[in-house]
Amino acid sequence: MARPLSEPDTDLLWSLTGVCFGYHQTPVLRDITLGLRSGRCTGILGPNGSGKTTVLDLLAGLHRPQSGAIEFQGRPLAAWPKKHLARLLALVPQDFMVGFGFSVREVVEMGLHPHLHRFAAPSRADLQLVDQALAATGIEALADRPVTRLSGGEKQRVAVARALAQRPAVLLLDEATSNLDIHHSLELLQLIRRRFEQQAMQVVAVMHDLNLAASFCDHLIFLKGGQVICQGPTDQVLTPATIQTVYGVEAEVTASAFTHCRQVSFRLPVAH
Amino acid sequence: MRRRALFVWMLPLAAALVFGVALSATLGFLEVSIPDVFAILFAKAHGQGPPAGIDPVAAAVVADVRLPRILAAVLVGGLLGVSGAVFQAILLNPLADSYTLGISTGAAFGASLVIVLQIFGLALPPGVTVPVFAFGGAAGTLAAVLFLAAGDRRLSSTSLILAGVIVSAILSAAIGLLKFLADEQVGLIVFWLMGSLAGASWMNILLLAPAALLGTLIAVYYSRDLNIMATGDRAATSLGVDIVRLRFVLLAVATLMTALAVSVSGIVGFVGLIVPHLLRHLSGPDNRTLIPLAFCTGGLLLLVADTLTRAVLPVEVPIGVLTALLGGPFFCVLFKKRQRDGATAF
Repeated sequence: MARPLSEPDTDLLWSLTGVCFGYHQTPVLRDITLGLRSGRCTGILGPNGSGKTTVLDLLAGLHRPQSGAIEFQGRPLAAWPKKHLARLLALVPQDFMVGFGFSVREVVEMGLHPHLHRFAAPSRADLQLVDQALAATGIEALADRPVTRLSGGEKQRVAVARALAQRPAVLLLDEATSNLDIHHSLELLQLIRRRFEQQAMQVVAVMHDLNLAASFCDHLIFLKGGQVICQGPTDQVLTPATIQTVYGVEAEVTASAFTHCRQVSFRLPVAH
Repeated sequence: MRRRALFVWMLPLAAALVFGVALSATLGFLEVSIPDVFAILFAKAHGQGPPAGIDPVAAAVVADVRLPRILAAVLVGGLLGVSGAVFQAILLNPLADSYTLGISTGAAFGASLVIVLQIFGLALPPGVTVPVFAFGGAAGTLAAVLFLAAGDRRLSSTSLILAGVIVSAILSAAIGLLKFLADEQVGLIVFWLMGSLAGASWMNILLLAPAALLGTLIAVYYSRDLNIMATGDRAATSLGVDIVRLRFVLLAVATLMTALAVSVSGIVGFVGLIVPHLLRHLSGPDNRTLIPLAFCTGGLLLLVADTLTRAVLPVEVPIGVLTALLGGPFFCVLFKKRQRDGATAF
């Protein structure tokens, strides 16, 4: 659908133009040009070290690109005040470590931080939001436990609960299900998907598991070696050819009548 | 819940502190009753002479010798408690304090240096030299530690602690050299290094009180950000916390607080380490309650220790030695108890 140039593109969340980034002279991302739109769950996939997490950090404004430009909602990302950005974007980091024995409820309440004045106490509505986030992620029973005593999976759900309490316009997930068993993974993704469908919370998720990505994301971006290999609607880009190029494995992609999604099975290429 | 925790602990602590100050002022060579202490203090505050019916000598001792020393003990203890809480929160390390970062050692080096220079005949305006140099030593050490740790742009706690340990080791050796140079007059340095509040004056209080108030207020101002920082740099940044600025500002504030305290009292160890540690155990890790409580608890602890050495023990033991002798074993017990409880983090 072509738009006239003069009309602002309201669906466009981020636009990245020629973005390069690296740590200590080691390039991680090379010349990334991307547009991320609202109205769809976007998955970022790729092998280890392909730069997925770095892309997410750049979107969240945690790093600045060494060259190129990133705009969020039509305005350079670096020009957004940090506190304002924190009201719109919530990040669920991959391993959520808490240094001291804060209770689960205290940690989830931290999600209110960008919305509260410095000395303001949370309102009744805010606290209800915290309760809802605890309930939605199934950790109400843990509310008074110190986070330092939780398992990896429980901690991950605390991180998601905190992000939900943050009421973001966009949720950024960094392998948020990597420590969860399949039941909790599906439950969490379903919860997030429902927020997306019912409350228009946008989602950008870095994912490892192709089958979970296929069932959760409408749009996939494949990275390899710090470059975008291909992107598009899940149905179109999740193909054996893409998987072969990106991961170097042979794959069979089928439309499952059981899950109503694309499902992938893999094997290593047979040596000839 | 947090407000309740603050009141539950704060009210008794504040009451104990006020009572402790009054009680401590009655103790010593001359016996004075608590109502007389308040009468003397009231008269002093209004610039009047000693109140009628009270021995003028006792009034002078209480007003000009005991009270400044007692208040200095409270303020130094409070400053060390708050700065310890801030250091631990910033470095995400329950074992961090001004020693871990080399700041106390820096202050000790500054003080030792000027004492040795004075022994060699350097003339400096009287009264300001040792505290000013102690302060300079602490600030210089922080600058060196920040410079060493800055290679990693996020000022991560690991690099800060490593840099602190390195700088501290070098400065300890330098203090050893200064002691050697001081030769027969080494006692001057040793006395200062072991800490004492015996020389505290009302001038010291005028310096310490605003610093304690301002420093504690700044720490409380940033306490919610400090809490969030405990959940990791990425998570904190995405919640809108400017972690690098926060670390920088609070390290500077906590260093200044330590430096001021040390410049008045000499080196007093273990207060900054134990107080926040103990409070986290009792009232939880929330810095919004922890920081004000750390001030009161630190103040109370040092007041008790100083009163012990001033009025109870037969000889005046250096306060730094006393806090380490009492605090060290106590810390060991706490540490073992935490291990038995199965807590790996604090």
